[in-house]
Amino acid sequence: MRNVAVVGIGETAFGEHWEKSLRALAVEAGIAAIRDANIEGADIEAMYIGNMSAGKFIGQEHLAALAVDQAGLVGIPSSRLEAACASGSLAFRQACLAVASGEYDIVIAAGAEKMTDLQTEDVTTTLMGAGDQEWEGWLGMTFPGLYALMARRHMYEYNTTREQMALFSVNGHKNAALNPKAQFPFEITVEDVLNSPLVADPLRLLDCSPVSDGAAAVIIASEDVAKRFENPIWLIGSGQATDNLALHDRKSLTSLRATKIAAKRAYEQAGIAPEKIDVAEVHDCFSINGLVALEDLGFCERGKSGKFVEDGNIERGAAVSINTSGGLKAKGHPVGATGISQIIEIVKQLRGECGKRQVPAEFGLTHNVGGTGATVVVNIFGKELKER
Amino acid sequence: MVHRSSVPMHWRLYESRYNLVGNKCLVCGEFFYPSKIVCPNCRRRGILKRVVFSGKGKIYSYTIIRNAPRGFEKYAPYVVAIIELDEGPRVMGWIVDSKISDIKIGQRVSVVFRKIYEDGKEGLIHYGFKFRVIDENNQLRD
Ligand SMILES: [Zn+2]
Repeated sequence: MRNVAVVGIGETAFGEHWEKSLRALAVEAGIAAIRDANIEGADIEAMYIGNMSAGKFIGQEHLAALAVDQAGLVGIPSSRLEAACASGSLAFRQACLAVASGEYDIVIAAGAEKMTDLQTEDVTTTLMGAGDQEWEGWLGMTFPGLYALMARRHMYEYNTTREQMALFSVNGHKNAALNPKAQFPFEITVEDVLNSPLVADPLRLLDCSPVSDGAAAVIIASEDVAKRFENPIWLIGSGQATDNLALHDRKSLTSLRATKIAAKRAYEQAGIAPEKIDVAEVHDCFSINGLVALEDLGFCERGKSGKFVEDGNIERGAAVSINTSGGLKAKGHPVGATGISQIIEIVKQLRGECGKRQVPAEFGLTHNVGGTGATVVVNIFGKELKER
Repeated sequence: MVHRSSVPMHWRLYESRYNLVGNKCLVCGEFFYPSKIVCPNCRRRGILKRVVFSGKGKIYSYTIIRNAPRGFEKYAPYVVAIIELDEGPRVMGWIVDSKISDIKIGQRVSVVFRKIYEDGKEGLIHYGFKFRVIDENNQLRD
């Protein structure tokens, strides 16, 4: 397999874009990525787009064709990938594998979601499609509810506190305040989290990522082609794994098995240990999932994530800078776009383009979760090409 | 939601949801609820046999749903838990007819047959299992 690099990035702001359609958002992100790479649309040989549920959010399927159509790229192969909130990362991985295989030299991987056209109850119902409809969805379970079951168990098994979970959201907001693309660019306090309304006990509103619209896109190139670009950021390790779909079928509620498998693969490929990661975007759809990710990715010991966060280890420039973009909580979570958006933040950090939220970084990691962990993708990026 | 109104979709699951029917692999001995189509341990070499579960177990984790999805708004807040059945498998269900102070991890519960939701005024009424708190002797609390 050939090495691949990200040579162009582009995304919309995340938020409530009542004035923009899904197609408009996707094209905006795609054009921004093409402009950033300084290539022509005609250079793109294939498209991969991640999207969770346009069919339910806006009644639109066949998104892969729609995206090339609206972008003026009719003719090239285009594929839509779906794995709930990990859809964007699946699109990215498929794009990378296609380039690595030798089939293409330059492709675009995108992610897009338009969530705010539905009422909240219908958004909740649609997102529940990521769980098991016959045994979770049918009885009125929700995604905050599923993660609340994990949070309650983590508190029970490891004495993790409500305050420690809240600190994860506080960290995200602190970073989002420096990110003009973020949905919530302002700081919050632990008290704000603990006083926000209960959504699914013990989780409160400010533990939960929002309903968002947004799109993100990256241009991927093969090694020979990428070397002609100014600042290629290399994909040096990548893993994807699965677990049981229904939460109640899992052996553990306090660890995502798929994260561990995907991370092991990615670290092995990259030839580095977790301690070498300077900056990481982890999937904090709910604050508890951010904590669990820190453990499963090897940044801290199992059961110790609460203390790890409390001691300041995830702040910018600390042991590992976590969610410098603001994360899903504060940057926003247009589900299909999230995986690509995480990659964009890491590319910007490695390029040194993050302005006030820039941290010193040689290696960066993205962690994208579908559902309650039934799909997980972990990618590791580096500034230098790893010799094979 | 259109799919909720489908009669066959729910009819297929009646036995399993009304009577807590799952299965067990005679090769590896593991119990499954809901029924597995293929034993995940033995795959094609597994032999799956129908099993009626006792409906007794204990709370593994629980939450209180306050922001309900479409169709469940009028029931919120309601308690949903993962129950570890005595036979081994874990299942998701509501906890009803119990004092909130009795609902905690490790608490014994027993299955009850209840309405789950109504599909609007003219749609199906769905039934299935929920759980309620019992004491260590499997007796109902006052
Ligand atoms: Zn078996």
